Amino acid sequence: MHTQENMIDNGVNVQALLGAREALTEAPEAARFMWRASSEWAGGTHTRSTVDKFFGLGEEQTHRQAFQYDTDHPEVFASRDLGATPVEVVLVGLAGCLTAGVAAVAQNRGIQLRSVKATLEAGMDLYGILGIDSNVRNGFESVKVHFEIDADASEQDIEALVAQSQKRSAVFDIISNPTDVHVIAEKR
Amino acid sequence: MSRTTTLAAAGSVDVLIIGAGHSGLAMSRFLAERCIDHVLLERGEVANSWKTERWDSLRLLTPNWQSRLPGFRYSGPDMDGYMNMCEVVDFIQGYAAFTRAPVRTGTTVTSVQPLEGGYRVVTDRGEWRARALVIASGAFNVPSVPDVGRGLPGNVTQLTPRDYRNPAQLRDGGVLVVGASASGLQLAAEIHASGRPVTLAVGEHVRMPRVYRGRDIQHWMHVTGLLDERYDRVDDIRRARGVPSPQLVGSDDRRTLDLNALSAQGVRLSGRLAGIRDGRLQFSGSLRNVCKLADLKMDRMLDTIDEWISASAAGECGHPAQRFEPTRVSDSPCLGLDLNSGEISTVLWATGFRPDYSWLEVPVLDRRGQIRHDGGVTESPGMVVMGLPYLRRRKSSFIHGAEDDARDLSRYLARYLHLRAGSPHIRMAV
Repeated sequence: MHTQENMIDNGVNVQALLGAREALTEAPEAARFMWRASSEWAGGTHTRSTVDKFFGLGEEQTHRQAFQYDTDHPEVFASRDLGATPVEVVLVGLAGCLTAGVAAVAQNRGIQLRSVKATLEAGMDLYGILGIDSNVRNGFESVKVHFEIDADASEQDIEALVAQSQKRSAVFDIISNPTDVHVIAEKR
Repeated sequence: MSRTTTLAAAGSVDVLIIGAGHSGLAMSRFLAERCIDHVLLERGEVANSWKTERWDSLRLLTPNWQSRLPGFRYSGPDMDGYMNMCEVVDFIQGYAAFTRAPVRTGTTVTSVQPLEGGYRVVTDRGEWRARALVIASGAFNVPSVPDVGRGLPGNVTQLTPRDYRNPAQLRDGGVLVVGASASGLQLAAEIHASGRPVTLAVGEHVRMPRVYRGRDIQHWMHVTGLLDERYDRVDDIRRARGVPSPQLVGSDDRRTLDLNALSAQGVRLSGRLAGIRDGRLQFSGSLRNVCKLADLKMDRMLDTIDEWISASAAGECGHPAQRFEPTRVSDSPCLGLDLNSGEISTVLWATGFRPDYSWLEVPVLDRRGQIRHDGGVTESPGMVVMGLPYLRRRKSSFIHGAEDDARDLSRYLARYLHLRAGSPHIRMAV
């Protein structure tokens, strides 16, 4: 594989990532991360969620600042539209994950990126969440991601970038594979 | 030697080779050339796994001109054909006779322990002491079935390629073949043709045409040097060692067996089997991407071949460069199947094999149960391993790959035995 880090810069510290990979291979416990979010109902369908701390490399970690996200439903759902719809946040997560992957893989392969744009679309039939037809699932029918990438690379290299990014993407895996979800309710 | 054990010592020898398949026999040949005293222990007969653990229709993935071992090669009329299992067994047994290898057949190793200055090898026919050890017991002993298989209900029959012989042994009804390497594709094609509708769960795979520009793909991999690529020149050897076998089949018509050929036959493709929940098989939504990855990787290999042909003295080979149709994936790939519907009566796990080291009581295994080694040289003094994928070269796990590896590792063993008198823990680069 060609590494031309000196000449190209996508702003991704690939050496650090490769170093982490090497170090974590020898320390499986440090590789075990726990991601967290907390949320509070803000009235109606509006919820405010906060992301602040996570666990990894054997200890508690804190983001440089706490990040807050508002989710709500649009006015066509008779909501106040005070934030993105939760399903849109899922698309935001996928876009962020795949794009970060494209940048990291490009850096590692010596490809200078000029622009990386993605548009995402996910179809959903409301018959599912409204309980009109039990054969219709609640979630997305499918997700379509369209990348437009300007870079010093052939069409084939760009396709390979995006394919490799999917292969290594956590959110792509979360969406495309089943995950056990455990929800506990407690009375206060 | 102590006689306190109940089993009589079967002997003491400089090098013990565990396994008399192509790897062990190739090593034996080089040790004999160096006049190094050695014995091969074989649980069954020579070429045991080829004889007893393969399905009826299986043929080698490599053409006959590639069937060669040190000082020995295929001598029949069909250099471009592919051996069936009887022919493979004859070939390897012929090699054992040709080299007059000191094989003890019907001898199962039950434990190997380190001793001061060597190893104690316990078998069902007595005990051996050896100064050095060659693990040549194969890479494909035990079928690997993923954990997800535990969730299968009892009314579904489960099989692995080790138990499978031919479609006649299967119940009627649909079959899910899990895994899209050479085994998975071959069995999917054969079972679907028997009238049992097959769904093939496809994860990451390696696609390649059987014939390219008029020659077997193995020819191009050979002449371009791909097969000789060394383990210490690869970017990520851990990954390279985990790559599944290429989607190839050995057949009289030298046909290409890929996912498009299976789709045309009527086999249904799904993503990787990701889970089983409430009696439902769940398939990954990653089918499109794993196919894309394989198509791109195949094209890169064909680019390498085309560049080699353009640059070589031979120039054009009379057959123009060609690219193959991308893998066709349905607009809405199958994401789930209800096992209660009775649509699937059998699940065939073509999910690979792993070596069996249950008898190995030397601390050389990593946390996944694989032997830690550097090009076949383990951390345990005087112990080498052979025949594993990409052990020293891309071709290491193939019959024709045994020669170069055995030559290198026999040189290592010779130096080890020679220098052993000096330091008990010497390690050398090969």
